[in-house]
Amino acid sequence: MTLRYTVARACGNKGSSRTETCTGDTEKTMANKYVTDEARKQIGAVSEPRTYEVERGAIRRFAEAIEDPNPLFNSERDARKTRFGAMIAPPTFCRSMGAPIPNIKLDMPTFRGLDGGSDWEYLVPIRAGDRITVQSKLVDLREAAGRLGPMVFAVIETTYTNQFGEVCVIQRSTSIRY
Amino acid sequence: MAKQIYFEDVEVGTEVGPLEKNPTTQQLVRYAGASGDFYQIHYDKDFALGNGLPGVILHGALKNAFLGHLMTDFAGEHGWLRKLSVQYRGMDQPGARVVARGKVSKKYTEGGHHMVDCEIWLENAKGEKTTPGSATVILPSRAAS
Repeated sequence: MTLRYTVARACGNKGSSRTETCTGDTEKTMANKYVTDEARKQIGAVSEPRTYEVERGAIRRFAEAIEDPNPLFNSERDARKTRFGAMIAPPTFCRSMGAPIPNIKLDMPTFRGLDGGSDWEYLVPIRAGDRITVQSKLVDLREAAGRLGPMVFAVIETTYTNQFGEVCVIQRSTSIRY
Repeated sequence: MAKQIYFEDVEVGTEVGPLEKNPTTQQLVRYAGASGDFYQIHYDKDFALGNGLPGVILHGALKNAFLGHLMTDFAGEHGWLRKLSVQYRGMDQPGARVVARGKVSKKYTEGGHHMVDCEIWLENAKGEKTTPGSATVILPSRAAS
């Protein structure tokens, strides 16, 4: 992660020019600064659902961008001969669907964001031509004392459901604000 | 299509990959366009420097995609990637080679499926694991076919 490159700036946001003021044991023993009991009431908040049409060209452009020549993601001719019967989306193609995220209110004056990572579950293939309904939910919101001061971890679960009501993919991603 | 691996072919410790990637700034721009992630730290050097970064950096999601590529290659046409987890621990920059690797950590049967768990990671030229993770694939079995 990028944290060590941004120490001065992250602290500067809070009006301090000294990195030392952002560290120390005092913050570890204090109550959460941003993730208050009130803020945690937002856990369970869901976004509006949005439906995305999976175009064959979009799958191929995505596969080209990640430089994955797998015929399942690139060749309609080859993919049709497989058990899938059509071109399918590569595992992280869901990233391109622009999942709406729940509106999370946090009383942070400014923050920097980092992507912490993702856990994916793949249940049903997403095929070219599918119409995927995307919906996200805030499933966890917590705070930890880092070297740079309070860090807020928001875990968002996004569900991708096809036109037949089958859940194709579940994504849990952690975003970090500090 | 590449050669298919079967459940019987793998043991704990079996190597997955390696898959070498040589990301360029052009690839980051293509990924930004294909994914819709237009955060400037991935293509605007001045913006990245202004954010305290050493220059533009790879999208975490692109590294996630590289590890997805590693695993769908491993699973093959008759296998299925069931789970994929990645954590972004270190930055990677365009112009530097990264290698996706993994090894089998467990094989078992569950619900009639032949499952294989793998530890996976992306490593930089120094051998540092900038993006560790794990994956589970369902593989075809010679016995079942």
